[in-house]
Amino acid sequence: MNLHEYQGKEILSTFGVGIQRGIVASTPEEAVEAARKLHEQTGTNWWVVKAQIHAGGRGKGGGVKLAKSLEEVKEKASQIIGMNLVTPQTPREGKKVHQVLIAEDVYYPGPGPTKEIYMSVLLNRQIGKFMMMYSPQGGMDIEEVAESHPDQIFTEIVEPSTGLLDFQARRIAFNLGMQGQAFKEMVRFVHALYKAFVSIDASLFEINPVLKTSDDRIIAVDAKVVLDDNGLIRHPEYTALRDIREEDPTEVEAREAGLNFVKLDGNVGCMVNGAGLAMATMDIIKLYGGNPANFLDVGGTADAARVEKAFRIILKDPNVKAILINIFGGIVRCDRVAQGIVDAYKNVGDIPVPIIVRLQGTNAEEAKKILDESGLKVHSVIALQEAAEKVRELVG
Amino acid sequence: MSVLVNKHSRVIVQGFTGKEGTFHASQMIEYGTQVVGGVTPGKGGTKHLDRPVFNTVEQAVKETGADVSIIFVPPAFAADSIMEAAEAGIQVIVAITEGIPVRDMVVAKNYLKTKETVLIGPNCPGVITAEEAKVGIMPGFVFKKGSIGIVSKSGTLTYEAADQIVKAGLGITTAIGIGGDPIIGTPTREAIKMLMDDPETQGIVMIGEIGGNYEALAAEWIQENGTKPVVGFIAGETAPKGRTMGHAGAIVGGKDDTAQAKKAIMRQCGIHVVDSPAEIGKKMAEVISGL
Repeated sequence: MNLHEYQGKEILSTFGVGIQRGIVASTPEEAVEAARKLHEQTGTNWWVVKAQIHAGGRGKGGGVKLAKSLEEVKEKASQIIGMNLVTPQTPREGKKVHQVLIAEDVYYPGPGPTKEIYMSVLLNRQIGKFMMMYSPQGGMDIEEVAESHPDQIFTEIVEPSTGLLDFQARRIAFNLGMQGQAFKEMVRFVHALYKAFVSIDASLFEINPVLKTSDDRIIAVDAKVVLDDNGLIRHPEYTALRDIREEDPTEVEAREAGLNFVKLDGNVGCMVNGAGLAMATMDIIKLYGGNPANFLDVGGTADAARVEKAFRIILKDPNVKAILINIFGGIVRCDRVAQGIVDAYKNVGDIPVPIIVRLQGTNAEEAKKILDESGLKVHSVIALQEAAEKVRELVG
Repeated sequence: MSVLVNKHSRVIVQGFTGKEGTFHASQMIEYGTQVVGGVTPGKGGTKHLDRPVFNTVEQAVKETGADVSIIFVPPAFAADSIMEAAEAGIQVIVAITEGIPVRDMVVAKNYLKTKETVLIGPNCPGVITAEEAKVGIMPGFVFKKGSIGIVSKSGTLTYEAADQIVKAGLGITTAIGIGGDPIIGTPTREAIKMLMDDPETQGIVMIGEIGGNYEALAAEWIQENGTKPVVGFIAGETAPKGRTMGHAGAIVGGKDDTAQAKKAIMRQCGIHVVDSPAEIGKKMAEVISGL
């Protein structure tokens, strides 16, 4: 589950991670009020107005602006709230901005230079341990750094039994060129960041940049925080942080119905039992001249109620020209699934697109008979190859 | 011969008395698997499905001589159950549970390094040695006995592949569902190695999906050490970047974990890759008859 920058920073700060402070606002008026309050709390005289959407590269798209007066705060907030922000990480049409974070200016002049650092915490899938990845080349796209300066990216693998050790935190601070007070602050920052990561069951932290301020404080200026969906069972309070405005409304509806659904931009809807077979079904649609309109794992039972819900969700997409149902009935019998499909079809009413039903497994022949005799506009097949050829015939 | 489980395997069920545990234990017994008991903390001393229930895996092992365990424990407690089984000396642990927090699996995976045990899963359909033992949730009838081994991250796609293999006249030795989570006990390469070492297995089907680098590591190993033909399929060529496709581990992160990249490296390493999931059985029949 993705969090907004302001939500991520709030959580980080409760674990003692230094952050660029800020207040979230939904209107230009709230933004001015937030800026005033932030001035009182932090003494900042300049503010950064930051669009809150679930995508990186916001600065490049005009979603992050500096304001040097309260009038400018209002002006910039007016420009950003409600805009369709397009960044390298958003869909082509961009994402609508509903909120801005009014943040303190942290690039103020002081006794030393400021320095931007990249830091992330993530799972190393190959070795099955968490690791910290960091670079003194902060503030830019880390994939570019990986291309141009691979020697400037460092990793620190954390042993699960011990957690991040002191020498590892020191090594990070040394590799980042920290000295004196900044060195001590960095060691503390790194420890706090890792503690936060494991405590909240995160699956990714990406802090870009971490800033060494001119007076040697270490703070997170941005925060991409992704929570492990499976970890939410331990943190029910975080489920309230989900911002469904960031998601496709059909995906939200599908999730509420217990269906695993991802919206795509093709013309053939699909409904499959099992995630692997669902992806394979999308692939075969493409191979035979169609384009998958969605990923949908209807689950092991595939009963009439679920099939009906799945039909309704798929049919919300006007691009859908045909629907392929692909069920491998193992423990669940195909004839029962077929009856469920017939019942669901009748409940939905007239379905305007052709449906290909491929049922294989226990009682596949009986299932085909039920569908063939149902009088519905359904092409019933048993072999996957036949289903693929039917897709080509209908949309290829 | 076979790998991981056979007709001599003595199996216990962790989460025995729950709904899933009860249903699938019955199905396993019906298949002929030697289910010798189960574990549900607090219900020790009772009987379930005519078999003894124990409070701990340790007791179950002591009383029944169990060497294999299958886990149906809910996600919040499943990693603990895996470690309990390993500590009790279980040789093969099959974790069916979907939804275990990654942090728990990081701990469990590293705990297992200190034990003599093999973990299959989690988030997997289990392991079946055709006509000997089913330690999983797959439909047993699909897996007719034969000469082909299967290694797969997915459930129903494994059944699909097995069905095609059987219909191509070949049949199955052992099918290993390794699981679709980011952290699993036995990655693709290790499961492939087991089947390469099995004298009954003459060919191997390797089914992967987007995310991670297990298939690439397996492909490189096969190129160096493979002694049997491997037919491969990778699901998710049409999956968008950055989206989790059902399985927690099925997410394209960069340029190396796409279906295209995986298939390319598998082809370079001599694996017979099919683009269509409908051609797994046909391709294996071609490859085997050409030997």
